[in-house]
Amino acid sequence: MRKKISAIDIILFLVFVIIIIITLYPFLNVLAISFNDATDTIKNINFIIPRMFTLSNYKYVFKDSNFVMPFVTSVSRTLVGTLIGVFTTSMLAYTLSRKDFVFHKPFTILFVITMYVGGGLIPEYLLIMRTLHLGNNFLVYIIPGMIWVYNMILVRSYIDGLPTALQEAARIDGANDFQIWYKIIMPLCTPVIATIALYYAVGQWNAFMDTYLYAQKLPTLQFKMYEIMNQATMKLDVHGSTNVTTAITPMSIRMAVTVVATLPIVIVYPFLQKYFIGGMTLGSVKD
Amino acid sequence: MSNKKSKAKRKTRLSLSTLWKQRYLLAMSIPFVIWLIIFKYIPLWGWTMAFQEVKPATFNKPIFQREFVGLANFVKAFKDRLFTQTMINTLGVSIIGIAIGTISAIVFAIMLNEMKFLKFKKVTQTISYLPHFVSWVIIASIAKNVFNDGGVIDTLFKTNFHLMSTNSILIWFVIVFIDIWKEVGWNAIIYLSAMAGIDPGLYEAAEIDGANRLQRIWHITLPGIRPTIIVLLIMSIGGALNVGMERQMLLSNPLVEEHTMVLSWFSYKRGIGNSDYGLGTAIGVFQSAVGITLLLIANKIAGLFGEDRLI
Repeated sequence: MRKKISAIDIILFLVFVIIIIITLYPFLNVLAISFNDATDTIKNINFIIPRMFTLSNYKYVFKDSNFVMPFVTSVSRTLVGTLIGVFTTSMLAYTLSRKDFVFHKPFTILFVITMYVGGGLIPEYLLIMRTLHLGNNFLVYIIPGMIWVYNMILVRSYIDGLPTALQEAARIDGANDFQIWYKIIMPLCTPVIATIALYYAVGQWNAFMDTYLYAQKLPTLQFKMYEIMNQATMKLDVHGSTNVTTAITPMSIRMAVTVVATLPIVIVYPFLQKYFIGGMTLGSVKD
Repeated sequence: MSNKKSKAKRKTRLSLSTLWKQRYLLAMSIPFVIWLIIFKYIPLWGWTMAFQEVKPATFNKPIFQREFVGLANFVKAFKDRLFTQTMINTLGVSIIGIAIGTISAIVFAIMLNEMKFLKFKKVTQTISYLPHFVSWVIIASIAKNVFNDGGVIDTLFKTNFHLMSTNSILIWFVIVFIDIWKEVGWNAIIYLSAMAGIDPGLYEAAEIDGANRLQRIWHITLPGIRPTIIVLLIMSIGGALNVGMERQMLLSNPLVEEHTMVLSWFSYKRGIGNSDYGLGTAIGVFQSAVGITLLLIANKIAGLFGEDRLI
């Protein structure tokens, strides 16, 4: 198409500028409040540049022992969940990509069905809490959601697209199926592995419902945020018992925690966004 | 061509020797099948609870020793004082969401497709799907800044709109707006990739024939993504009752709870909150059953209009 800039292009440009502002403004607003003096914030919260710059909100959050454990829990579940998720998903995907595998069809069908029908909230709750007794156990963050079938299909489609000659050559050289997966398939799958690793990591970091339902005694950062949000007046235990000059409000604390909980996503996002999108379009083409 | 031969070979017969030959594949997949059965199929079997009286005291009894009550749990659910309002809320918020959500995603995708400044297009797109990756808790926290009394919108217009504190269906629109703000960029991707598949020759031909931009969008772009629109529409109609409890609960507050309660949340409230497991499961089963019915109806209607069906 020829590059003729018409009035419509200018209008489109302006519309996009508005969309960008609407998308980013709330985030910048949160950031500004988190760095602003709490008593000053109450006067008017509509700003994106801190009027009275302070670090006391963050100092409070990082000093408060209430936030340390949730932070550790969030980080650990993200690391462990992602590692296990990637390992198990890609291993399973490889076995199901093998058309000569005796259970290729039945296993694939078993997995795909669960994408469309599920037991629902109450039966799952009872299974985890009453039958398996996983309540308030770290494993509840890892095991029940270990494999996302959608991610498994993504990896499988990717493996399907690889040339089979490599596998056959390895087999002639005496490699077993595990070795073929680990040494031949995995290194070739880096792009799709990156994609699903991101999906798992974001899913783990953002998860809230599992804590709410199963492990309120093992809170994550997201759950802590929820608690702060629902406390109209938060009990602020002042550290050091000395004179604290700056006041701290639940609102300002909430904003500081919001920033801490969003930061990992925003930091990795620009670098890895092509992988995020990769999964979306890959999934739409295959199957 | 040995292709045919190898295809015939691929049909592996089940026998002890093949099982032994494929022992690695078996070891690499069977643990996950067991995992699948425990975490996905046992809850499905749990649907039987919808037809039983199951309370915490009777939960540990074997299934045949529990009292079968037929459809009593369903009747109880329909007679519940919250049921009618919950049903209206669920349908209301999801119909508005599907309608406005689909249209805005298509419009946004078309605008991106028409954008000539490619760098700028990329930047806009990247920013637009950032909120998709942010959790609902954080979105709720941000949304409260914007919509609460005295929040960003109120101070901007210097009036108090009570956007999140009016006990009416206004909250549906606030929730739908927040949802679209979060997801529109992400949802546009699928339409954009459908547009990328349209033959550029069509546009050139139309341009030569003197079609203007709007006409090209109307006669080429939209028909080009029509199958995608239909498939996504059928799927979202099938999920019309599955309004997530997470979003509703996080964006709600006691003042507006009457209008934010949806089926999944209701099921949780009765099933876990009141410890009536049978009733809670019945609500969940009702939700799934209606979902499948809606999917089939939408699919049928699409077929009647000569569209490609999903199933």
